[in-house]
Amino acid sequence: MPQKATSQKSKQVSPKVASQSIKTAPLKAVKPAVKKKDDENATDMGDVADEWMQGKTLLKPPDQLQLSEAELKEELTRVLTANNPHAPQNIVRYSFKERCYKPISNVDQLAIHFSLDGNMLHKDSDEARRQKARTSIAEEYVADSTAVDGSEDGRKENLGPDEEKESEDKGSRGKKEQKLTNQFNFSERASQTHNNPLREKASQTEPPPRANFSATTNQWEIYDYYIVELQKQERTKEKQKAPPVKKEDEKSKKKQSTTESQSDDITKVSPKVVQILERMVNQNRFDDIAQDFKYFEDASDEFREQEGTLLPLWKFQYEKAKKLAVTALCWSQVYKDLFAVGHGSYDFTKQGHGMLLFYSLKNSTYPEFIFKTDSGIMCLDIHVGHPHLVAVGFYDGSVAVYNMKEMGSQPIHKSTAMTGKHTDPVWQVKWQKDDMDNHPNFFSVSSDGRVTSWTLVKNELMYMDVIKLSVDGVALEGQGDDQLPTMACGTSFDFHKQIDYLYIVGTAEGKIHKCSKAYSSQFLETYNAHNMAVDAVRWNHFHPKVFISCSADWTVKIWDQTINTPMFTFDLNAPVGDVAWAPYSSTVFAAVTTDGKVHVFDLNVNKYKAICEQLVVAKKKNKLTHVEFNPVHPIIIVGDDRGYVTCLKVSPNLRKMPKEKKGQDVPKGPEVEVAKMEKILSLLREPTSAVKK
Amino acid sequence: MAEVEETLKRIQSHKGVLGTIVVNAEGIPIRTTLDNSTTVQYAGLLHQLTIKARSTVRDIDPQNDLTFLRIRSKKHEIMVAPDKEYLLIVIQNPSE
Repeated sequence: MPQKATSQKSKQVSPKVASQSIKTAPLKAVKPAVKKKDDENATDMGDVADEWMQGKTLLKPPDQLQLSEAELKEELTRVLTANNPHAPQNIVRYSFKERCYKPISNVDQLAIHFSLDGNMLHKDSDEARRQKARTSIAEEYVADSTAVDGSEDGRKENLGPDEEKESEDKGSRGKKEQKLTNQFNFSERASQTHNNPLREKASQTEPPPRANFSATTNQWEIYDYYIVELQKQERTKEKQKAPPVKKEDEKSKKKQSTTESQSDDITKVSPKVVQILERMVNQNRFDDIAQDFKYFEDASDEFREQEGTLLPLWKFQYEKAKKLAVTALCWSQVYKDLFAVGHGSYDFTKQGHGMLLFYSLKNSTYPEFIFKTDSGIMCLDIHVGHPHLVAVGFYDGSVAVYNMKEMGSQPIHKSTAMTGKHTDPVWQVKWQKDDMDNHPNFFSVSSDGRVTSWTLVKNELMYMDVIKLSVDGVALEGQGDDQLPTMACGTSFDFHKQIDYLYIVGTAEGKIHKCSKAYSSQFLETYNAHNMAVDAVRWNHFHPKVFISCSADWTVKIWDQTINTPMFTFDLNAPVGDVAWAPYSSTVFAAVTTDGKVHVFDLNVNKYKAICEQLVVAKKKNKLTHVEFNPVHPIIIVGDDRGYVTCLKVSPNLRKMPKEKKGQDVPKGPEVEVAKMEKILSLLREPTSAVKK
Repeated sequence: MAEVEETLKRIQSHKGVLGTIVVNAEGIPIRTTLDNSTTVQYAGLLHQLTIKARSTVRDIDPQNDLTFLRIRSKKHEIMVAPDKEYLLIVIQNPSE
């Protein structure tokens, strides 16, 4: 593009020297023009330089100070500042804020020395054409001059290298001369260092592993955890107390637990759970019996005024005790549905092992507890205060105490020949109240004629003979071996319900002795009761004077202990195995005979005949051996010599209470029962007393 | 402890007992007298039911615990005994 410096002007010329540089500037710019004008370029240039050099020294203003050499050489330092010396320094402006004139500190320091405006022309405009025309002329000039230069160059070539050098030097000098010199030797140099580049550095670490956990908890889970924690704390406390011993324990525990977790064995199921399941199955199976037991009352009793019936309920039997006779029955006084059965044999020729079984009404098909014994059991008794203790008398004369808590088949105590065991079968055992040192103790009677007291002291069974029975009515002590043949055979005994020391003993000879624990030398009374062995004697539950006895001579007799003759005698047409008073009435008792019948009497209803006489065994051959009333429920259990135990419900007529009269409270309690018995007895006593008179 | 085994045998011999199943803590039957598919079904369902029942009892009183579960249905009675580690199930037809 064509460009041309059109204007050149200086607005302000502050230093004087600047004017010279302006003068030289056009010189430089018009150099080609000068060349055109002068053919002898180099010399002309040299002249100009000389002129300039001279000018510097020669041009002296007339009013210039005359300075000496020294003064001239003196260096004057002038500082060129960025401040504009012409800028006004005392500009003030009114400040409305402070209400006065204030000097303005920052004044414009800018001074422009030179400015050049360039401009552009359109190619086709008139001015541009004119310019072009002008430049074309100028180019012709230039072409001419270059031709001249070329000739000059050729000439220069002709010259030696020295001259060329010289001319070069000249040229370079000329150029140097043309160069604007900075008079103040001032140069401003600025450099901007690189700014350190800003960098952001961030790193992201790998996030820690995360997992979602969710669970619902409830009150009992929290409770369980607390309990576990509590146990832990207790354990640590214990550990601190006794560390060495505990460690071993824990090791063994750990071993146990590991072995436990390994096996999927069924045997770890707790037997109790299975037992209850069996009971449930039995309950379903014998549901009708359970209903009868609880709710059935024989409706036909309403029409049979004087008679009652026995309703058979459960039948208890155990496979392994099938051929063993039931020799003893006893209800637990604490667990009303539990009773013990002793198995053995009454037959002298068929003696063998025995069995102690515990049945619950809740499970009639299988015993709750089973204890096998070497000798046949003859009698047993469950302790009232300690229902787990069972005293047992054996055919071989020994007595033993079983603990139901220990399922082992061995008794916790057993008498031996060394420790006072009987020499003949033990016919009855009976727990007594704990002695003064709270040791459990029981009595036993045997056909060797001894009544012995046994006391459980720690691990020992201490014995003491209470009395020795003799045939002639007097207990003789310490008279040597010749006493032996005269010994009476005790077969049963019973202790008075109220008077602690009083008891009666039945013998094989048929006599009943009333004895006291306090006197071991004599009987208080002797009753000539039966012609054959007395099978059972029992005090009445209510009346303190009355007891009952039964015998193999077919009779049951009721006695007043103050009178030597029986008050009642009942002939049952068969040997009587056992007799028992009802716990709910003073006048009701039941007896079992060997012909398989149960006889229930209520003296209040009928003094001469049984109000119920019922065959309860399946086969006629079976002989009933024992009977026992449940302490609470209106049921009895009877045992036979084939190992069966039958449970029977007593019909309403057999437990008749005094008739209720309208508008009257029926008195109840033991006093009433005593009075009822007394009334019956008094009817019998009067004739005898009348005879005496 | 053949006692448990004996008792289970006795239970099975009772009239009306259709089957006995012993289930372990995971709900896997380890002993049964029923066929396979019935056993698996009974075990799985009753295991869950027992857990739920126990949870209910324990939630009402944390010191309480479930001891037995009897389900009386039109046809059967299902008796469940939750032991510590095992579940005993007996199915009985009470009307038989």
